[in-house]
Amino acid sequence: MKNDTTVERKSEREVVITRTFNAPARIVFEAWTKPELMRRWWVPKSSGLTLLSCEMDVRTGGGYRFVFKHPTVPGETMAFFGKYVEVSPHSRLVWTNDESGDDGQLSTLTLEDRGDTTRIVLLEVYPSGAAYEAGKGSYDGMPESFAQLDELLAG
Amino acid sequence: MVHLSKTEQLDAAFAALSDATRRGVLERLGRADASITDLAERFDMTLTGMKKHVGVLEDAGLVATAKVGRVRTCKLGPRRLDEVTAWIDRYRQLWSARFDELDQVIEELKLKEKERAPR
Repeated sequence: MKNDTTVERKSEREVVITRTFNAPARIVFEAWTKPELMRRWWVPKSSGLTLLSCEMDVRTGGGYRFVFKHPTVPGETMAFFGKYVEVSPHSRLVWTNDESGDDGQLSTLTLEDRGDTTRIVLLEVYPSGAAYEAGKGSYDGMPESFAQLDELLAG
Repeated sequence: MVHLSKTEQLDAAFAALSDATRRGVLERLGRADASITDLAERFDMTLTGMKKHVGVLEDAGLVATAKVGRVRTCKLGPRRLDEVTAWIDRYRQLWSARFDELDQVIEELKLKEKERAPR
């Protein structure tokens, strides 16, 4: 049985995602902080994207960089990157999303250990309502958002 | 009425929906058009208070008003609630898909941990 994922918009620039996992927090934390594990779930098959590389230096001030094959332009790549602002093993992970310049959201993952299960809360805070509107494009099925970027680059 | 960009309208729609009276007004208008006077009476509110609420809903595109003679009639506007919530569904789809795959990774980690430390 799969656990439910809830997504709630808390304000014009905040979204909260919650989910329970059937494992203690140390295991869930491990899956968020080891690149060889992260690359197995961060890009779901249904997204149609191919992850080329996944570098993560998980410590406060360290950076991460995910490189994807461009879904529409052969030979081109796309990158998502940012910095870890806080790394508190098994309880909290905070990172920036810098691929959109100053408009990227700050992501805060909180893990609440409940013994055999872990409740996670992922809070994404955008610098403004407008940045949020721009950012949510990346969730409109990712290929579409890349198409938008194509237009931007072509313009 | 203030004219807002599409993005500002969506923001305005979320702000408009954060108030219980305004959600009530939308629900009421979903059943039948009503004048501001009708709405003020129904929600036990002054005419001025209701005008403000309707103004917020109108700016967000959730309500449209038209003045016929002395009466201002309100009806549901061009922006529908499902438009406001549609992207949240896509957002949830992506995260659900990620987390369902994360479940598998976690199951494997649990198994490995058991193998390492047999009881």
